[in-house]
Amino acid sequence: MEEPELTVTDLPRPASPVQPPTRHLDGPLGETIFDVRNVSIWYGAFKAVTDVSMAIHENEITAFIGSSGSGKTTVLRSFNRMNDLIAGARVEGEMDYRGQPLYASDVSPAAVRRRIGMVFQKPNPFPKSIYDNVAYGPRINGERNKGKLDEIVERSLRRAALWDEVKNRLKTSGLSLSGGQAQRLCIARTIAVEPDVVLMDEPASALDPIATGAIEELMRELKSRYTIVIVTHNMQQATRVSDRTAFFSVLTGGDNDTRTGLLVEYGSTEQIFQDPTDPRTQAYVTGRMG
Amino acid sequence: MTAAAPADQPLRAESAGALSAKRPLGDRSFQIIALAAGLLVLVILVLIAATTTDQATSWFTKEGFSGIFSKTWDINTSHFGALSFIYGTAVTALIALILSVPVSLGIALLLTEVVPRRWARPIVYVVDLLAVVPSVVWGLWGVLVFAPWLMGIYTSIGNFLNGVPVLGNLFGPPAQGTVQGTSFFTAGIILAFMITPIITSLSREVIATVPTVDREGAYALGATRLEMIRGVVLPHSQGGIVGAVLLGLGRATGETIAVALVIGSSAQITSHLFAPGYNMPAVIANQFSEASGLQRSALMGIGVLLFILTIIINIIARGVVGRSARRGRGT
Amino acid sequence: MAADTTQQAKADLREPAGWRRTKNRIATALMVLSLVVVIIPLGFVLFTVIAKGASIISWHFLTSDIPPFVLPASYGGIGPAVLGTLLITALATVIAVPLGILGAIYLNEYGGKGLLGRFIGFMSDVMTGVPSIIMGLFIFSIWVLHFGYSGLAGAFALGCLMLPVVIRSTYEMLRLVPNALREGAYALGASKARVTMTVVLPAALGGIVSGALLAVARAAGETAPLLFTILGGLSAANLNMFSGANIALPLEIFSNASQPYPGAQDRGWGAALTLITIAFILMIAARIVTARFSRYSR
Repeated sequence: MEEPELTVTDLPRPASPVQPPTRHLDGPLGETIFDVRNVSIWYGAFKAVTDVSMAIHENEITAFIGSSGSGKTTVLRSFNRMNDLIAGARVEGEMDYRGQPLYASDVSPAAVRRRIGMVFQKPNPFPKSIYDNVAYGPRINGERNKGKLDEIVERSLRRAALWDEVKNRLKTSGLSLSGGQAQRLCIARTIAVEPDVVLMDEPASALDPIATGAIEELMRELKSRYTIVIVTHNMQQATRVSDRTAFFSVLTGGDNDTRTGLLVEYGSTEQIFQDPTDPRTQAYVTGRMG
Repeated sequence: MTAAAPADQPLRAESAGALSAKRPLGDRSFQIIALAAGLLVLVILVLIAATTTDQATSWFTKEGFSGIFSKTWDINTSHFGALSFIYGTAVTALIALILSVPVSLGIALLLTEVVPRRWARPIVYVVDLLAVVPSVVWGLWGVLVFAPWLMGIYTSIGNFLNGVPVLGNLFGPPAQGTVQGTSFFTAGIILAFMITPIITSLSREVIATVPTVDREGAYALGATRLEMIRGVVLPHSQGGIVGAVLLGLGRATGETIAVALVIGSSAQITSHLFAPGYNMPAVIANQFSEASGLQRSALMGIGVLLFILTIIINIIARGVVGRSARRGRGT
Repeated sequence: MAADTTQQAKADLREPAGWRRTKNRIATALMVLSLVVVIIPLGFVLFTVIAKGASIISWHFLTSDIPPFVLPASYGGIGPAVLGTLLITALATVIAVPLGILGAIYLNEYGGKGLLGRFIGFMSDVMTGVPSIIMGLFIFSIWVLHFGYSGLAGAFALGCLMLPVVIRSTYEMLRLVPNALREGAYALGASKARVTMTVVLPAALGGIVSGALLAVARAAGETAPLLFTILGGLSAANLNMFSGANIALPLEIFSNASQPYPGAQDRGWGAALTLITIAFILMIAARIVTARFSRYSR
């Protein structure tokens, strides 16, 4: 039997051994938010991800880790149907959101995205005022009442830990914020529509360490209210914030020298980092070059 | 912090329902409207071809194909042939290109290779001013100021070259009549002024895509600027420059009003460039309003020919420009 | 030995000898000459127009009715032509700019990459090269023959001219809007139409307006499309855009240019100066809009 190669393109080499996570998953399992069964994702003829099966649970932070090209972002974006925007993207297998198939033919992607929000790697505030950025989502959902909008904007900015810094300049452009502030603005914008789930694609990778710390703190606070799935290159970040971790890897080979992502192991963060079952996971989390 | 979560939870659990919703009506209609606007371009082009051809049928049926190649343009005998205008279009466009291309290239190279960045901007503004002057103002100045002035020059040259073989046929006085300020050549000069901004700006864009490393490579070998231009810039951008020239040709072919005022309005085929002449758009502009019946249909027919000609030139030009742009990007 | 090498080193640092250097200098001189060759006539034209036109321009001139050609410059003015240009060009703008923006939206946001999209984009560029007189003949055949001459017909003809120009410039502006903005809006559950209208268009607005202004400037100066659509020949203004012949500055200049009477020619110069001023104002407005409101530029 062929062992799929572990291609280690850019494994982060931690300076010190990875800190063991200190949270334990006690208590009953929350409701299953995403039920993924044998999902493969294609871009045209290129198979980006193969045979992923996992379940994401309510009010937990789940981290996707793994090397570049292992399909973490592809799977994340399939949760809110953002891959639809790419021509030729196709999902095989079953993916349910709260028991409802996400890719049924009568499902509207816009409706999906109102419940499953996303924060991107590089902050992308609209060239509008801070207020209008946060109010954008509620407005397109039909909220017109100025009083309600004011309330939503303040509440979202507070939850994103940005209110105190911007409350006196809500009318200034969103583009005038620093990187960390802009990302918190994007988070505020995302939670303004009261989503169920917040997906985050390497939300702190473009930020400095202090801003990163603020974002991570924010994630822990948001967990009680939302379900969070984050893709991260930073293993320490995964250990710091996540309850569960999924390790993805790249499957090379085939006749075209293609690289397809696959889910290697998924479990509680404690277990993944302290006692991984799969040798590939072991190699990755301990930073050993394969 | 505002009220705690529990109030929202039931909302969340229910929220999974109603994921399906038909695509909102507004979204679909918007796409259709946008598509319709895009298709409008094609519709207009087809309609232009259809309506003008339709209006020209009485001329086509009377003169047939030979109408295109006949020199006669006579209201009295009701014979209308397009040849002298086709000739005029070709001659004036050729003169315009010969005059304009070296100058445009010179300016383009000046701006990209010689002039420091800071000065390039204002110079570009000035060259663009050429493009802002409306055709009719070029024509006004051309017929009231430029042509009379040129008349003197033409007369001198004409007298000097009278009887000289070849050159005399081109620049000498015609067999009947004299040289005129309003003539083929003057129209060519004015056209050259008008197409220079286009050729210059497009050539500049193309030349700008030459990688700096290639330029530096030539300089590093000790090449002078001229040698670098000939060895690196021109070979690299020749495709795009050809495209730019073709676009200029297209513009020269169709430019109407300035030409109508300075070309001399005389339908004749002659090698003497300082003699009055006519070309396709000019005759339409000058004669259409008062024309009727067969003459009007003939003018429409000339319009159809002009349309076909410019479409072909522009398709080739855009194709060449597109191909060189793709090559420049490495696709 | 040492003296020799320094001698040699000095020689190597001199510019390439003789003929090569001369050729280079000649080439540079020729390039400068081409710029001069172009600037001089431009300067002449502008100078003449300003010199001859300034003396005749006055409020009276800009508002009085058009007199017969024969009368000297002090009589009458070009009022109807100014009004005609403003109204007909405005009408053409209202027709062409929204359609052009929608067409560009189709090309960039919806159909761009497919065969139809690329064909439409290509033919739109080809259409910018169609001579303006053809547009005049077109509208004459399809509209004037049935409904008569009118300012509206002139607006249609100018609109046909402006449409592909607006499509191209708007398309370029839409392309510059970063995709990250669109993704952010989609992720909030906005439909494509909403993303386009509420995020993409506002972001590109500065550049779009600037491009539209330049298209208007070009249309305002066009004569040929007006020849067979508004007819001209008026002496008093016709405010009704929908019926009856009309007059505009370019057309007025054209008819005056071929007149032998000095009065008519003077009025021509005055009208030319007015027209150039309008075109310049629009061009400067376009540059200001680009400088201050264009967020994404190349």
